[in-house]
Amino acid sequence: MIMATGITTDPMLPQPYSVRDVAKETPDTFTLRLEPEIAVNRSSFQPGQFSMLWVFGVGELPISISGDPALQDRLVYTVRSVGQATHALVNRRVGEGVGVRGPFGTGWPAEAARGRDVIVVAGGIGLAPLRPLIYQVLQNRDDYGRLLILYGARSPRELLYRKELAAWARNRETQVLVTVDYGGLGWRGHVGVVTTLFKYARLQPAPAVAMVCGPEIMMRFVTRELENQGLSRDNIYVSMERNMKCAVGFCGHCQYGPHFICKDGPVFRYEQIRNLLEKYEL
Amino acid sequence: MAHRSEHVLGVDQLGKLIGVLARKGYEVIGPTVRDGAIVYDHVESAEDLPAGWTDEQEPGRYRLKRREDMALFGYAVGPQSWKKYMHPAEVRLWSAERQGGTFRILNNEVKPQRPHALLGARACELAAIAVQDRVLLEDKYRDPIYDQRREGAFIIAVQCTQAAATCFCASMGTGPQVSGGFDLVLTELIGPEGHRFLVATGSDRGVEVLTELEAVPATEEDRQQAEAGVEAARQQVRSIDTTGIKELLYKNFEHPRWDNVASRCLTCANCTMVCPTCFCTSVEDVTDITGDHAERWRRWDSCFTQSFSYIHGGSVRTSAKARYRQWMTHKLASWIDQFGSSGCVGCGRCITWCPVGIDITEEVGAIRDGGKDGNP
Ligand SMILES: Cc1cc2nc3c(=O)[nH]c(=O)nc-3n(C[C@H](O)[C@H](O)[C@H](O)COP(=O)(O)OP(=O)(O)OC[C@H]3O[C@@H](n4cnc5c(N)ncnc54)[C@H](O)[C@@H]3O)c2cc1C
Ligand code: SF4
Ligand code: SF4
Repeated sequence: MIMATGITTDPMLPQPYSVRDVAKETPDTFTLRLEPEIAVNRSSFQPGQFSMLWVFGVGELPISISGDPALQDRLVYTVRSVGQATHALVNRRVGEGVGVRGPFGTGWPAEAARGRDVIVVAGGIGLAPLRPLIYQVLQNRDDYGRLLILYGARSPRELLYRKELAAWARNRETQVLVTVDYGGLGWRGHVGVVTTLFKYARLQPAPAVAMVCGPEIMMRFVTRELENQGLSRDNIYVSMERNMKCAVGFCGHCQYGPHFICKDGPVFRYEQIRNLLEKYEL
Repeated sequence: MAHRSEHVLGVDQLGKLIGVLARKGYEVIGPTVRDGAIVYDHVESAEDLPAGWTDEQEPGRYRLKRREDMALFGYAVGPQSWKKYMHPAEVRLWSAERQGGTFRILNNEVKPQRPHALLGARACELAAIAVQDRVLLEDKYRDPIYDQRREGAFIIAVQCTQAAATCFCASMGTGPQVSGGFDLVLTELIGPEGHRFLVATGSDRGVEVLTELEAVPATEEDRQQAEAGVEAARQQVRSIDTTGIKELLYKNFEHPRWDNVASRCLTCANCTMVCPTCFCTSVEDVTDITGDHAERWRRWDSCFTQSFSYIHGGSVRTSAKARYRQWMTHKLASWIDQFGSSGCVGCGRCITWCPVGIDITEEVGAIRDGGKDGNP
């Protein structure tokens, strides 16, 4: 009998965490802060990695870690309620338990990007897995060149982390550009898909590394635009999403051509998957 | 590796072999006749083995037939493979109890059980076990359930001396000759010298078991007869030309043949259930009526189901075309990139057990030949 002590090597066993805070980001998206029920557990992860979160009696699902990697006493997730499991997750109350497996998968190339400009391009909830990377760059500001954040959402009320976006923009050598598909009254910012922001971006392709996360269609357009801007395919990274049941390469659900998104991804070098992105129903 | 010091066991020794294995603590699993097919199940004695039976297989068709002799292993392969025991169709991963707002994981299910002795594993089946080893043990993570079952298993391979019409192991390089991955290997010999088995050992455990049996040194005739048997099994009507097969399938992601096969495929998932290498699973949480007790079960799943590729907003592979293409391309192409070998060992089960007789060898052939309408 294995008790949930946290000292186990079975990657299929969830570890008990409890909800410490739930913050509303948008009408359907919430950020949850979880802390381990067994205090000795440290939660170290690489920006871009994800966990499998389990709600008792409901089910388990993959969610990216969206918190600050320097804070190892907690795990932070930003969840958009789209179905049964995500709905249950965002409705957890402070003090209630959530099972956590992971962290799993590959992270953003934070090391490889040292000394270079970093271009972050996000669509919708796709900003969540990129936030840890943004924290890391800003905390080690001297290790990186310019930071460029291009972010698009459907409407102003669906923008995540609005206060932080403004705060990030106040850092030196940092440019934050935000756009929405439909502005509505009172919106004075950009309107249009995220690729339209490139003409306002102060971008120097040569020393830059780009990291992209959003709906697949958006990533197709953004990667193409980044290539047009002069970035080489080797310097563009994207994060992919597929159905996942185990996150350790056994269930087969997340196969993407020759790759398993759970263990070979979710973050891929664009060059690795460029041909696959064009294939319908792969 | 088959030690060259081969011996011969009389047919009467087979019952004794089963007894020795049971005494050593193994649950012996072997071929037995049930519901008109040869299936793997618990065998108590040699009486349970399919003496005098053989199988006739064609696309979409399987039939048992009487043999003229009383061979115990005179068939090719049945619908089941050993994955039924090594990677079971259903396992409970853990259970949990609600405690206030939180929970406690109670146990995980690597349940103590008797190790299995697999009696009658074919060359293609050993190859399939090696394929599953690469997936479940030798990649980034180890599956503790498979690990525990696999590690304890004692394997008695039996050489094929005839192939079914659906077999194509020779072209896949996985058979019919057993060449490793066993504790004991038998070749069934029937002739004027009587009904007997040529036996070789492949491990120390195998040697230990063999010393408890009454074996006599093999003669040159025994060896020649065994070789002729395997040679006979090499005569196969089906084959896949595997040259450049990965590139062939990657290159033909769009090909009219996929529409052609999709018009016949029922997406019933039979092929994935009978395939000895298919490993995909799903997990399901079940909660009891009080809502205080939850269990997580892992069950075989199939890329032929619509839900397999579901992500919020819809499934990735909605069409039968995309699902058949995923299955075959995975088996024969992406598997090579993922695990360093083909995912198909040429056992032919998917051909026999497809209700509409779709034949993977024919599908590959049609893609290789090009044809615009995808007709063979
Ligand atoms: C690597 C990765 C990281 C992710 N990170 C985030 C994140 O940070 N924030 C966020 O809000 N969402 C994220 N998602 C998407 C999230 O997992 C799905 O929105 C969620 O599974 C939907 O579950 P549901 O039960 O609420 O929805 P339903 O539509 O009711 O789904 C039913 C079931 O289908 C499966 N499923 C549905 N959609 C997905 C999906 N996209 N990926 C995998 N399985 C799915 C799940 O098993 C789910 O329980 C991520 C997905 C992946 C693969
Ligand atoms: S794909 Fe068909 S022939 Fe190949 S191993 Fe699986 S069941 Fe056997
Ligand atoms: S190929 Fe045959 S066995 Fe496989 S899903 Fe289609 S109809 Fe079923």
